[in-house]
This record gives sequence, structure tokens and C-alpha cells, in this order.
Amino acid sequence: MSAGRVTPVGSFLATFMVTDMNKTRTSGRTIGGLRTLSLQAPAVSLLFLWMIVPLAMTVWFSLQRYNLLMPGMTGFAGLENYEYLFTDPALWSAMGTTLLMVGWVLVITVVGGTLLAVLFQQDFMGRGIARVLAISPFFVMPTVSALVWKNMMMHPANGVLSWVAESLGLPAVDWFSSLPLTSIIIIVAWQWLPFALLILLTAMQSLDEDQVEAARMDGAGPIAIFFFITLPHLKRAISVVIMIEMIFLLTIFAEIFVTTSGGPGLATTNLAYLIYIRALLDFDVGMASAGGVVAIILANIVAIFLVRMVAKNLEN
Amino acid sequence: MTTARTHSVSGASASPVKRSPLASTLLNRRLWLGVLGWTLALMIFFPIFWMVLTGFKTEADAIADPSLIFSPTLENYAEVQSRAGYAKFAFNSVVVAFGSTLLALLIAIPAAYSMAFLPTKRTKGTLLWMLSTKMLPPVGVLVPIYLLFRDVGLLDTRTGLVIVYTLMNLPIVVWMLYTFFKDMPKDILEAGRMDGAGTLQEVIYLLLPLTLPGIASTGLLAVILSWNEAFWSLNLTSSQAAPLTAYIASFSSPEGLFWAKLSAASTMAIAPIIVFGWLTQKQMVRGLTFGAVK
Amino acid sequence: MATLQLKQLNKSFDDTHVIKGVDLEVNDREFVVFVGPSGCGKSTLMRMIAGLENATSGDILIDGARMNDVGPADRGLAMVFQSYALYPHMTVEDNMGFSMRLAGVSKDKRREKVLEAAKILQLEPLLDRKPKALSGGQRQRVAIGRAIVRNPSIFLFDEPLSNLDAALRVQMRIELARLHEELDATMIYVTHDQIEAMTMADKIVVLQGGEIEQVGSPMELYHHPRNRFVAGFIGSPKMNFLPVEVVEADAKGVSVKLPGGGIINVPAKGNGLQPGTALELGVRPEHLVLDDTQGPLSGEIQVLERLGGQTSLYVQMGETLMTLMADGDVAHRVRDEVRFGFEPERAHLFDGEGLALPSLHQHPLAGLRRQDNRASSDAVDH
Repeated sequence: MSAGRVTPVGSFLATFMVTDMNKTRTSGRTIGGLRTLSLQAPAVSLLFLWMIVPLAMTVWFSLQRYNLLMPGMTGFAGLENYEYLFTDPALWSAMGTTLLMVGWVLVITVVGGTLLAVLFQQDFMGRGIARVLAISPFFVMPTVSALVWKNMMMHPANGVLSWVAESLGLPAVDWFSSLPLTSIIIIVAWQWLPFALLILLTAMQSLDEDQVEAARMDGAGPIAIFFFITLPHLKRAISVVIMIEMIFLLTIFAEIFVTTSGGPGLATTNLAYLIYIRALLDFDVGMASAGGVVAIILANIVAIFLVRMVAKNLEN
Repeated sequence: MTTARTHSVSGASASPVKRSPLASTLLNRRLWLGVLGWTLALMIFFPIFWMVLTGFKTEADAIADPSLIFSPTLENYAEVQSRAGYAKFAFNSVVVAFGSTLLALLIAIPAAYSMAFLPTKRTKGTLLWMLSTKMLPPVGVLVPIYLLFRDVGLLDTRTGLVIVYTLMNLPIVVWMLYTFFKDMPKDILEAGRMDGAGTLQEVIYLLLPLTLPGIASTGLLAVILSWNEAFWSLNLTSSQAAPLTAYIASFSSPEGLFWAKLSAASTMAIAPIIVFGWLTQKQMVRGLTFGAVK
Repeated sequence: MATLQLKQLNKSFDDTHVIKGVDLEVNDREFVVFVGPSGCGKSTLMRMIAGLENATSGDILIDGARMNDVGPADRGLAMVFQSYALYPHMTVEDNMGFSMRLAGVSKDKRREKVLEAAKILQLEPLLDRKPKALSGGQRQRVAIGRAIVRNPSIFLFDEPLSNLDAALRVQMRIELARLHEELDATMIYVTHDQIEAMTMADKIVVLQGGEIEQVGSPMELYHHPRNRFVAGFIGSPKMNFLPVEVVEADAKGVSVKLPGGGIINVPAKGNGLQPGTALELGVRPEHLVLDDTQGPLSGEIQVLERLGGQTSLYVQMGETLMTLMADGDVAHRVRDEVRFGFEPERAHLFDGEGLALPSLHQHPLAGLRRQDNRASSDAVDH
């Protein structure tokens, strides 16, 4: 008969994995409850702490009068911070900026991503390599992208764009002075367009070619096929892309940090950057926390939809 | 049959015979698509290309009018590599990215295993809850984490960053592993059980070898996400533990005359990650969309 | 010795009760087939015997020892999965030797045993290949080889032939039967194909909805089905059923009135049946005989299927579509009116609950034992 053979195992692994070396073993389901618990415990408990502790602290701080520059003044502030926050024009400007940033990036990446996905789905020479090139910006770290765009592409004197403009006889644009928000949007969109392309291209590959051929036999041209077959098929992937991008775009930070530092003025300050300013530059912990709570709530609204969609996917 | 023959003889007067029309349209189509596809791809890739190119220029060339013609030099790479600073930041990036990934995998593999093979009624809920923790905007908890790290002495330490990144990536890693484990045919593990394998042996001899590609993609994605992370790395580190993201960011105030070196440094900073991205592009879609798109 | 006993075995998945109070005995060296429609629980039952599913209640005994809490590998069983479940990353030799490797057997002994099994199944030239380089039939033999190496007391086969094409299936059927003789082991075999059951089994267990409908030898099930379900399940094409009415019932049999008026006396025990009781009469297509002069039943041919050696006739008789298996040279055409009948001994009667009325005489082949069908080196019979 087979005797369980004990393989040398690190003690670390042993803590997490229940080893069943005895002869009498059940098939696992009866004490499934206990075993699953011990296997999932580290992941679940750590994530729980990671979520709960900072969250609770943020909420707590948001209700406190706590400024690191004025250590004497502490005390329960109730909703005071929120009052200040919502009457602060900076907040509304930041929300507006956030909205513009997220909105424009979404439009550019989703529309561009869909069209590019359709293009790269077609067969042409060297398609694989072209696709790999088009996907690359997503893997570049945001600080590098921001600097490259600011100094090498958009620089009014030495940048490529101004050189192109001059060659065409057009005036050079000083992107970051005159169009700071647009510049940031371009940078972020450039980074996330490949993300949309990658996801949508993957989703397209599950499109049944038979459907397309049937449509062609029914007399559909490429535009009709795009609107009646491709788009509906991509509907789900597009919503996933939108939701995930929304969640991450709400907190665009590095690009602003590296290029405009939120300026000129508050022109490129989004909610995330505003909170950063309040927290680590103004040291106003109370206000920053209140802002944080607002950001969390906004993100959660989108998150609910995404979680529901993923849940539906889990059913299958 | 005769009708056809007569038809073709008098064909010249009837419908003009095109020379393989289908073939030429297809060729045309492929050509135009290729032109369009490559143009767009090159346009998108251009900034990266330009940066890499600049790394090989002299500083004078770098700020001159943009040109593809120049005499290449390796002096920038030499200088960047000789600077002790760069090596330290690169080291930090490596340690933090790989360390957090390894830790995340160690914690996630048992969890994903139990969710995939020992599912209970609560499994689905747990998975979705993990997903939701990833949606917490980092900026929302910037304050407590910063203060906590400051009080505990984790500010500007690699350990602190590793902890943050492990927890940040854990949901994605668990999810991706879960989908890969679920893809594994159950009966192979059952056959193993009938052959006498205990749980650990099942995992070591059967599960891991067969899901190794999936685990590798998951690991690579986690490395990519950690390496490129530019919020916590900018706020929680300064001189000691700053990874490359922060190092590059420190050049944001224009000082001129060093774009070539910066380009060289940046190229080195992003090159491995772009390669990782190219390698795992297909599988990482699962992780990036939490399995919603596969 | 390798016997199996199931006592009042029950299994529920959450709220669904899938195995309902199963009692079964499998004797040493028997080839037992679990057969039934999809969803009847046959695979679940096998998995419970294997130890891959836990029993909700009841006992599983192997050689008299209670195995409910014993792990799958320690029950002395080996299983051949429907999908073969070969380890894709291991060679054929490693696949077959895996269980020994887990048990700590030395490399030399492992190779020895693997070669032994490989010889029985003609797998020697394939030992270094990986599963993806094998054909379906070859993979199946490796799966069987893996089971043989474990030297189990009971072999379990979970629909092993369903993934093979028709020709290969027939060939493997014969090979499996041969294997059974050579290994002289107890084998439990699950299938939905009643032809496999009939040709390979010593004992057939017919399952439906988690319950055993009947256990018996193939001939027993064919000639003396216990209820309407078994009667309709065993035998291809399916048995015909017609509504009949009791005319008289006594010690000599039950006389019933057929549709169309004819009266026939079926040799079955019908004591106490009142005249006028409605029953169902079952008769197999191969037992219906065309009789243009005296056949009590008649109808119009709807479809003729000529297979050359045999002809299937689908005859509409009133409300019922009857199936007849006739000789290949039958001259009838579609829409012909035909008359047919059957020997009374070939008829089965079923009451309102679907239970068969017991026959007065037992069919001579129903008592067949396994040794009567195959050449066996073992002279001892149980």
C-alpha cells in the first residue's frame, strides 16, 4: 500500500499548508471548512488589516482637528473638516479637474483602443511586432513617461513636437504653460491607451469568425459589421476597461508630481494631488483625511459596479 | 456545356474578365492595413524610441534640433552606471519589486489553492471582497499610512515599501492564480490522490509544474506593477529606499544639459519591464481585469 | 479476495439527494457494470467507492473492512478516469510509476513493475513519450497500465470507452474482457451504454435517480426485467409497450386482451388480478414476428430501415408506434399494412406501478454464470 512520503518542506510553507501525511485521510471535503480557513487566513487577515486599519484611521483623522504644524491644537472637530473642505474652492476646482482628466482619458483610450483593436485584429505583415510596439507605453513607469513627454516631446525649444510644428510652418506650442491640463491628459492617455488596446484585443479574439462570415453573406459591409457585431461583443470588455481605468485614473499622481506640481495655480490639481498637498505639504492631516474619505467614496461607487460585473462572471 | 464554351469565346463582349480580382483586393487590403497599423504603432512607440535614441547622443546633440543623424556614444551609459546613486536606486527597485512579489505569491498560493479546489459557500464572497480592497484609492489612506510608517520607523525603508506593495498586489495575485488553478483539470489531481498523493505532494508534483506558466505570468505582472508604482514610492521614501521611480522623479526640475544621461538612465530603468510586459501580455489580461476578460 | 459491500449508502450534495439508500454486493473477481441514464448517480456511486466523495450516510466495506474514513489511495483501489487524467508533464513510464514513487519504491523496482504492466498492454515502445504524443487508444491503455501497476484488489472504470470512436470501442471492449480474465481481478465499470453492459458484465446494476432498479446477470435482466424502466433500458432497440386489459388470471397465466381485440395468455403470476384491470404488455422488437395470416396485431409501416442483414420496421398501431426487427429479406414497403404477433413466453406484463409480474418459468440462459461465457483458468466458481 502507499505510505505517505514526507518531502522536506520549509517551516514557512508548513505554517500555511496543511500537510496530510497520515494514512487515514478523508477526501478533504468534510473538514473543508477548517482547512480552507487556514489556507486563506494569511491572505484574508492581512488584507483585512490593510483595509480596515488605514480606513478607520482616515475616518478618525477626518473628524479631528489635527495639523502637524500646530501640534497644540488637537481635538474632536466633528464635521468641521468636511465643512471647510466643501467650502474650499480648491476642492471643487480639483473635482472638476479630476472629472476632466478622467473623462478625457476615458474617451481617448476607449475609442482609440477599440479602433486600434479592430485594426490589430486584422491580418497584416508584422502584425505581432507592431502590436508589441503599440502596447509598450503601458509598461513604462509613469515618472519616466512624464519626463520624456515634458522634456523631449513637448519642450517648446528642444521638443520633437515643436520641431515638427516648425517644419510645418506652425507656431510651436508651449504645452505646459498654455495647455497644462491638456498636456497631462495626453501623457496619461498615452500610457493607458495600450491598456485598453490589450484588453479589447484579447476580448476580440473570442469573437466567433462564423458570425462575421454569416453577416458578410447577409450583405454587411465592414462598418455594419463593426457596429452590429464587433461592438456588442466588446460591450462587456469595454465596460471592464472603463471601470478599471476610472478607479485608477481617479488617483493620477506621478505625472502631475513630476511635471506641473499641480500648477500653474491649481490648473492641474486633481483630487489626489490636492490631498497630497494638504497632507504632506500643508501638514493638515484633518483636512487631507476628509479629502481622502471623499476620494474613497467616489472610488467605491465605481467599484460596486465593477465588483458586480466580476461576480456575474464568476457564476459562469 | 456548350453554352459555357461559347460564352467564354464571346467573353470579351460580355462582362470584362478581371485578372484575379479577389487576390489583388486582398493584397491591397493587407497593404493598406499594414501601412495604417505600422504608422500608428510607430507613432505610439515613438516617445520611447526617441528616449532610447537620446541615451546614445551626446548632451549637445540631445538638445539640438531633433535629428536621427548623430554620432552615437556610450558615454552616458558609462556615467550613469558608474554613479553610485543609480545602482542603489536600481537595487531598491529590484529588491522591492521581487521581494513583494515573492511574498505575495507565498501568501496567495495557499489561498488560491483553497478557493479553487476546496470551494465553500463563502469562497465567492471572499474573492469579491479581495477585489474590492484593491479599489481603495491609495491617496485615501495616504495620511494614516504615512503617519503609521513614520511612527513605526518604516518610512524610507525597503521593508516598508515591500509590505505596502505585497498588500497592494495581493488581490490581483490571488485572483490570477485562482483563475489559473481553476483552469487545471480536476481529474488529474484526483488521479494523483488515487495514486496516493497527499495535499502537499499534489501541489508539488502536479499542480505547480502544470500551472507554472500561469504562476510565472502572475509573478511577472506583480513585478511590473511594483516596479512602476509611483505613488507610495514617491511619498514613503527619500534617500535610502527610493526606487527608480523616485530617482527619475527627482529630475523633474529642469536643470538642462543632462537629457542624454537621463535618457540613458530611464532606458535602463524601463527596459526589463517592457520586456516582461511583452512576454506576458496575453496572460496578464486576466490579472488586470480580475478575470472578467480572459 | 476483493469483495465490496455497500450498505444503505446515501449521498446528498447540499439539498439534492443523489444516492438514495443503495445496497449492493460485489463478489470476488466479478465484473460489475453500473449502468443507467445520465444523472442516475452511477459516477457519483463510483466516486464514493473510490473515496473521492464522502458518503452522507451508509457503509462502504471492502473485504469486510469499513472504508468510509479511509483515503482513496489506501483503499486498495485503482481508477481509470473517463478523460484518462494522465499527467501531461510526465512520460508514460513516469505516469505509470507515479504511485510507486510516492510510496518510496526504488527506481529499479519501479521500472520493473512498469515494464510488467507495459507488456500486458503492449506499451513498451511508448514508455518515453508524453501523453500529448499518444493517440486516444494509447492514452487509455496508459491509464489502465497506471491502474494495473498499483496492483489493486478492485479496478474502477469510469466510462472508459466513451471518448473513443466506434471501431476502437469494439476493439477495446474485447481487450478489457481479456484483461479481466488475465488479471483475474474484481472490476467495477460505469457506462451509459447498455451494449457495453450486456457484453462485458458478469453482473449489471441498473440505476435510476440514485436508486438501484435491478441487479442481475445480463441475461437475467434481458429475460426477466423487474420493472418497466429496466425493461425499456436494456435491449436495443427499446422494448415495445402496449396497453392491455386483463381477461382472466389463474395459475396457468394471465390472459389479456390486446389492442385490436386479440387475446393472448401470458405465462406470468397474476393471482388476484381482477378482470378488466389495465396492464402494460412489453415485447421486444426482435420477438415480434410478421404473420400476415394470424397475427393478432396490425398496423401501417411508417418507416423501413434496411441494414442488409436485418430490417427495422416502424409500424403505427393505433396510438402506438411499434418497432419490429425483421429479417433482412423482408419484402414489405412503406405504407403497407402488416400483421404480426409474438410468442406468449416472450411477453412481459407490468402493473400500474411499473412492476413486472413474475414469470412462471425462468429462461434457461438467465442462470448463466461468468464461466459459461468465457474461457477461464479458474475452475472454482462462487
